[in-house]
Amino acid sequence: MAVFGSGGSRSFGGRGPSFGFRFFCYALLSVVLMFYDRKGGWLDTARYGLQAAVYPLQLAVNSPSAAWRWMQESFTTREALQSEVESLRNQLRDQQLISMRQAALQQENATLRGLNAAMPEVIEKRLIGEVINVEVSTLRQRLLINRGGNSGVYRAQPVITGDGVIGQVYRTGPFSSEIILITDSEHALPVQVLRSGVRTIALGTGRATALELPYVSQNDDVKVGDVLVTSGLDQVFPFGLPVGRVTKVERDPTQPLAQIFAAPLAKIESDREVLFIWARANHPASPASTEAISVEAPAK
Amino acid sequence: MNLARREPRWAVTFTMLVALILQALPLPTWLESVRPSFIGLVVIYWGIYAPHAGGIFAPWLAGLALDVFKGDVLGQNALAIALVAYISMSLHQRLRNQTLVQQSLFVFAVLTLNEFVVWGIEGWSGHPVATPWRWIQPMIGAMLWPFVALLAGRTHTRS
Repeated sequence: MAVFGSGGSRSFGGRGPSFGFRFFCYALLSVVLMFYDRKGGWLDTARYGLQAAVYPLQLAVNSPSAAWRWMQESFTTREALQSEVESLRNQLRDQQLISMRQAALQQENATLRGLNAAMPEVIEKRLIGEVINVEVSTLRQRLLINRGGNSGVYRAQPVITGDGVIGQVYRTGPFSSEIILITDSEHALPVQVLRSGVRTIALGTGRATALELPYVSQNDDVKVGDVLVTSGLDQVFPFGLPVGRVTKVERDPTQPLAQIFAAPLAKIESDREVLFIWARANHPASPASTEAISVEAPAK
Repeated sequence: MNLARREPRWAVTFTMLVALILQALPLPTWLESVRPSFIGLVVIYWGIYAPHAGGIFAPWLAGLALDVFKGDVLGQNALAIALVAYISMSLHQRLRNQTLVQQSLFVFAVLTLNEFVVWGIEGWSGHPVATPWRWIQPMIGAMLWPFVALLAGRTHTRS
């Protein structure tokens, strides 16, 4: 009869060290790993490689739902496709109307700023990635995307969708990257109210449909329906990307701060594609850094 | 020496992979919160019925894969699963003589310990996770144990 930790396993004879000793070694190894993982450093490189090792498994896990989507897409009826084309055409026309005057507006903006030429777009380069795995719980809101370090994706890179900001790169592997969503309860995003220019911070709530703005004082000008854009003060996101729309403003006179909630514009639970973006360096709208601030400082 | 060749190493690898996939499969939130540790169940099975096939290395590696997969602190699941493997292996001679239902009590206790270790490490590493559901998961795991044991029993011939 084996008694706990008595080395009873030795009864098999000649099978190497006892379970207890082997467990001790692995436990020690785990603790060392945890310690260095917390500290960061060389283990990040190891993790980068390990991400590549588990990537096939992640693809396998995703394959049933991918196959299902593929089936659905291949068996779409003609009418459904036609109506989709129709709606896309309408969307394109609306977008064209909006962008028609953009060149003129950019020139006008340049004149107002006293520049001789219009500034180029702040988004210099973009890369489309496909969502492989979604983890949306109250504890974690993460996406796994099929683009990684091999495509130039880097840590803390802004990630957007067609509707607005969705998150930033949290961890990269060679072929995949993990994105922390703006609704993750550990994420905070500096934003600005587009209408009034009030700057604050939008915190994730753990729910895919809500952001919280807990640091707005009672008399700041924020109304339901206001659009929030990134303020560009976080050294991650360029200025002016749409983030969300204010859904609830509660002002309790006994409290110093107003209670404000917003809904993210990006469809966090249903989007299948995201855009990694690279901001142009030294552009007034690029994420604030020490250099950018010195560039922006008026020379007069 | 001949004994080593009869160890069901392929069965261990296969079941571990299946457990990893089950563990990582995206599920709706309500199912997600009650998903038991499939890796824990499989590791307990091999700990009891073939303690020398995977040793502690295979469970540890599976735990490490889970850490990378879920983006947890490296080593947290690895440590917890290695502990589960160690306890099941140490008690395997006693547990083998029990019925599946009796074993599921042990499974409940060990899976709770597993959850407890992970919870402790999460707290220490600054990602405190406060959901009462995680304490239900070992119970679900214990209820699934007879089925897991029967299914896993099919993958090898018991000595």
